[in-house]
Amino acid sequence: MRKTTNQKAWWLVVPVLLLVAFNAFIPLMTVVNYSLQETFGDNVFFWEGVTWFETVLRSDRFHASLLRQLLFTGMILAIEIPLGIAVALSMPRKGPWVSVCLVLMALPLLIPWNVVGAMWNIFALPDIGLLGYSLNSMGFDYNFTQQPVSAWMTTVLMDVWHWTSLVVLLCYAGVCSIPDAYYQAARIDGASGWAVFRYIQLPKMKRVLTIAILLRFMDSFMIYTEPFVLTGGGPGNTTTFLSIDLVKIALGQFDLGPAAAMSLIYFLVVLLICWVFYTVMMRNEEQ
Amino acid sequence: MNKKWIVPTLYILFLMLPIYGLLSMSFKTTNEILGGFSFFPQQFTLANYIKIFTDPTWYNGYINSLIYVVMNTFISVGVALPAAYAFSRYRFLGDKHLFFWLLTNRMAPPAVFALPFFQLYSAIELFDTHLAVALAHCLFNIPLAVWILEGFMSGIPKELDETAYLDGYSFSRFFVRIFIPTIAAGIGVTMFFCFMYSWVELLLAKTLTSVNAKPIAATMTRTASTSGYELGLLAAAGSLTIIPGAFVIYFVRNYIAKGFALGRV
Repeated sequence: MRKTTNQKAWWLVVPVLLLVAFNAFIPLMTVVNYSLQETFGDNVFFWEGVTWFETVLRSDRFHASLLRQLLFTGMILAIEIPLGIAVALSMPRKGPWVSVCLVLMALPLLIPWNVVGAMWNIFALPDIGLLGYSLNSMGFDYNFTQQPVSAWMTTVLMDVWHWTSLVVLLCYAGVCSIPDAYYQAARIDGASGWAVFRYIQLPKMKRVLTIAILLRFMDSFMIYTEPFVLTGGGPGNTTTFLSIDLVKIALGQFDLGPAAAMSLIYFLVVLLICWVFYTVMMRNEEQ
Repeated sequence: MNKKWIVPTLYILFLMLPIYGLLSMSFKTTNEILGGFSFFPQQFTLANYIKIFTDPTWYNGYINSLIYVVMNTFISVGVALPAAYAFSRYRFLGDKHLFFWLLTNRMAPPAVFALPFFQLYSAIELFDTHLAVALAHCLFNIPLAVWILEGFMSGIPKELDETAYLDGYSFSRFFVRIFIPTIAAGIGVTMFFCFMYSWVELLLAKTLTSVNAKPIAATMTRTASTSGYELGLLAAAGSLTIIPGAFVIYFVRNYIAKGFALGRV
């Protein structure tokens, strides 16, 4: 859309600016403040400079949770994106079943995150949960509270359960925008199913798929509640992702300096991905 | 060719299994749950639900959650409406930077803000009030609302505005009388998403409350950790939190993708 330049439009943005700035700037400045000082309580602070940043960047603990985070994000993307595309392509495009599919598929997206965690905890309990009991009676040795592999598998499966529908819904919106004429032309040319997917459906889905990947990347990068309720970061530290580790350091051990430094590093990473998201989005819109 | 329905059916089955597990557990007695696995409740009981609806610590959790969620929805959409209009219609100094900065707040990990939020809201003496949680959730809900609304507004041709101004409408009269009714569907969808994101968030809500405004989600985690194995009660409370979403979702089914994609589909 052609926009007119009008500096008075600023007045319309002021309420948003004030409210969000109140919630974003003041806490962020608090974090910056902590990250540069040392305190022993009583509100007495000593200047530390960038010491905490060096400590965090060199600590094995931070490396480990960052690595776990990246591994987790990689795994869920590798499962959710292809699965989401597959489901979206095989969904009906007309008829009464469309609404049924949409409503049932969107259901997991609307459940409070801690309930998702609690639900999967109950579902996976080795002796009395549906999943845990079934796996054990099939002869698998499965106990997500004690075995790291089981805990990982359950966490990844939970996220797939929770968020694949987002990918499905976005891709479905893309697929539905393809006119029937395209398919008819493909049929006349005798195109194979793969060719239809590769040259008609995938290009049409490119835009929504980019959004889906970026959103899933961001949201899985800040995941906290679900794994915290499901495994509490355990067994040991095996499912302690960045957010969980951060809260452990800040509220559990009350090491404010390192926690603040870690927050800022974390935030910078998020900012970087955000910028990629924004650039891609705006380029999409110009096309 | 027409065996396509198998994939969505299997997928939906996979989605429903954990929900079924939760529902069936909520109708079991504690003894039955701990006694071993059973697919259907053997001794069907409503005791867990009765307990929730009669015990104030439980049902107040729901009321608290609903109060701050509704407050937040109205604050967010109220301030986001004019801002989204500005972003969709005008160019002004720093508009793109501002739009991007809003997005960074939608993406900010709440874990980073938990402790500073606690201190900030304690300092202005709002700790443990509904308003505190409602304001804190504005951090991600206002950007969400602005982005979604901007998406809807950009679909409305500018000629509508120009004609109205030519007809002698003032900005405020045009906005309230013509523009808001035109994008009513968009506002409904935005409200739904603000409601949802505030309803599902727990970390900040838990950090900012202790007794008076404690959300249902926090009540649940406390039960899980302190009084050991009241799984049936936990399952019943969890099942009840699914209802608001399941109730509204039918009305917004065609806009879900648009909402989750921040209005960009």
